[in-house]
Amino acid sequence: MWDYVKLVVLGVIAVLAAIAANYAHDLAYMVNAIVVMLAAALTFLWVLRSMGEPVAASANEYNDGVVRAGVIATAFWGVVGFLVGVVIAFQLAFPALNIPGIEGILNFGRLRPLHTSAVIFAFGGNGLICTAFYVVQRTSAARLWGGGLAWFVFWGWQLMVVLAATSYVLGGTQSKEYAETVWYIDWWIVVVWLSFLAVFLGTLINRKEPHIYVANWFYLAFIITVAMLHVVNNVALPVSILSSKSVPAWAGVQDAMIQWWYGHNAVGFFLTAGFLGMMYYFVPKQAERPIYSYKLSIIHFWALIFMYIWAGPHHLHFTALPDWAQTLGMVFSVMLWMPSWGGMINGLMTLSGAWDKLRTDPVIRMMVVAIGFYGMSTFEGPMMSIKAVNSLSHYTDWTIGHVHSGALGWNGMITFGALYFLTPRLWNRERLYSLSLVSWHFWLATIGIVLYAASMWVSGIMEGLMWREVDANGFLVNAFADTVAAKFPMNVVRGVGGLLFLSGAIIMCYNLWMTVRAMPAKASAPAAVPAE
Amino acid sequence: MCAKQVKKAGEVPTTGHEWDGIQEYDNPMPRWWLWTFYLTIIWAIGYTVYYPAWPLINGATQGITGRTAAGDTRLAVAEEIRRFDEANAAIKAKLVAADLNAITTDPELDSFARASGAAVFRTWCAQCHGAGAAGNVGYPNLLDDDWLWGGDLESLHTTITHGIRAPDDPDARYSEMPKFGADGLLEPAQIGDVVEYVLQISGQEGYDPAKASAGAQVFADNCAACHMEDGKGDRTQGAPNLTDAVWLYGGDRASVTATVTNARFGVMPKWDLRLSEDEIRAVAVFVHGLGGGE
Repeated sequence: MWDYVKLVVLGVIAVLAAIAANYAHDLAYMVNAIVVMLAAALTFLWVLRSMGEPVAASANEYNDGVVRAGVIATAFWGVVGFLVGVVIAFQLAFPALNIPGIEGILNFGRLRPLHTSAVIFAFGGNGLICTAFYVVQRTSAARLWGGGLAWFVFWGWQLMVVLAATSYVLGGTQSKEYAETVWYIDWWIVVVWLSFLAVFLGTLINRKEPHIYVANWFYLAFIITVAMLHVVNNVALPVSILSSKSVPAWAGVQDAMIQWWYGHNAVGFFLTAGFLGMMYYFVPKQAERPIYSYKLSIIHFWALIFMYIWAGPHHLHFTALPDWAQTLGMVFSVMLWMPSWGGMINGLMTLSGAWDKLRTDPVIRMMVVAIGFYGMSTFEGPMMSIKAVNSLSHYTDWTIGHVHSGALGWNGMITFGALYFLTPRLWNRERLYSLSLVSWHFWLATIGIVLYAASMWVSGIMEGLMWREVDANGFLVNAFADTVAAKFPMNVVRGVGGLLFLSGAIIMCYNLWMTVRAMPAKASAPAAVPAE
Repeated sequence: MCAKQVKKAGEVPTTGHEWDGIQEYDNPMPRWWLWTFYLTIIWAIGYTVYYPAWPLINGATQGITGRTAAGDTRLAVAEEIRRFDEANAAIKAKLVAADLNAITTDPELDSFARASGAAVFRTWCAQCHGAGAAGNVGYPNLLDDDWLWGGDLESLHTTITHGIRAPDDPDARYSEMPKFGADGLLEPAQIGDVVEYVLQISGQEGYDPAKASAGAQVFADNCAACHMEDGKGDRTQGAPNLTDAVWLYGGDRASVTATVTNARFGVMPKWDLRLSEDEIRAVAVFVHGLGGGE
């Protein structure tokens, strides 16, 4: 019966999407509608073919199928996102790469949101969703709640990524940084995200352990806050039900403030809290050591959650935003320094007594470097939020360098560590295919990040100094184009750094692939604490 | 489960919780961490007392310094601009009052005008003419001595003030080349001939002599009114000299054919609404001094 309902709903969606594609007002909408139609049709066929098949009774095991799919998706979108990043890095160094024939589709302006969304939401998002599913099951000793809902979250998220990517290159955008997705994709994100919250919360409620593990606090804070931020920032009225264009509910400086309240907390909750959840599980597991301090984890968790949400105005220093809001944004950013470092201390000190593993285990080395970059960028962030520093760094490449030392160093490296941890366990393999390839990945990625961050520091500070340089009479000394020309060598170094990082990720994919394909299966079943 | 257990002698106790094999030590928070955290909070409170910070029902606290330049970033910028304006007021007045051609003879005025003009150029002119003023296709090179409308200070001043073909200024420099091909004024064969003639008089090699000699008549009938019989152009109409190697839109066969067929209509905005008189004079002096000034 339930299958028939599904078939009817999917059929109706496919037909409506076909009609919408036919009457679409713009190309991005039309292509998105066709993608939805195909997705609904394929799901329809899948439901039809699997009808009446006996459902495998597996209620006593962890749901690891969806985590395996998530690991594959994370690795795949990671490579895609890094590749687009390398392309746009070289487009900035060599503008001729904005090839005239594909102008308006694959030029920098279209590819830039594709890159940021691919790495944050496709690579980071899949990494967070699949590790959250893995961690919450293990630390709650309970199977994922909601049956097939976890699979809906997985496929719903992939559909979102494909819709966003096709929409960006065809010009569909809300012009809000990190929130470029147009209105109907925003609605779809809400549906998928609330399902994610339901699965996570349902599993937590079903837990067999008396306490909720710290990693799950961070995951839960991340899921709830991102839902709130996403909804408020994307309140908009569509121009037409058949168009990708919409008019935001907020205007002027209020719109800017809400956008950066969202934008900064996308960093704070998506890229920090979520990944701290990842760290709090995978670092002690890989190091086989207890967490350093329970007290520290409580205090830094609540301090981080409370402080982060106020720090957004530092993105709007020296703008039309009132001074008082700028001041508050700045002081909350500075107060955020220690709460952020609490996570770094807990991560690093967890390794005390296991430092020797740094020599033998490149996965641990990766996690340590991730925590190191986390500490560095959470010091750099509060420093850059100080108005005197910000007046130099704002709008320069320094910001780009800051973001990437966090994104490549912290988010990238901790996710790679998690993927190396998960793959042998999820596919029940004795060990990784090659530790020496992990070492290669580690060094390529680390050198790549150093090249990236260092070149952007030099470039950003130079740019800031050139922009503000005035002569004795108060006249500007440099034209904007002079700064663009001066940045050329740094832009090339940045591209090379990105290329190294991308090569490392491709090596990782090969290594993970060979782990699954070529390594012998483990003798005994996995799962230390089976779900009862 | 929650009873504290000592793992090994000399080791701090754990909290007794365990999840999937993960335990937690009951270490205290590092003191330096806690004290640094407290310090940032105390500093933050102090800072918000000193500067505008806390929102009230109408407005916000202004900080104990009030709306000073230090507390209000807009005031601070306005203050800095005012300071430079004040310092430069006298010499600006002198620049506006001076005879254009006398500016460069006064060393103080000259160096001020060049510095100011350079800043104006980098801000407003570099987008089209390039940061180094070498121009681009459709945007004249200002470094050479080939001028469409004149390269002396007075001409430059007029061009900058009113623009070229600026639709919003009746005093803008204006001329319009006919679209000889698009409007059917010349047959394609005639255009082909006159292009060969232009290639010939501009000293290029590889033109077709037979066509060029036929093109000479076409040129005399259709082009000479503006570009003059010798093809050296006419500055009163902004008609370019066609006998030299300097081309605004390209001097090869295809580019010249395109120009004759569809004409060109380059526009430069007028600047008298955006720039003050002293800035216009300064940038005229700057451009004049780039090397091609007359």
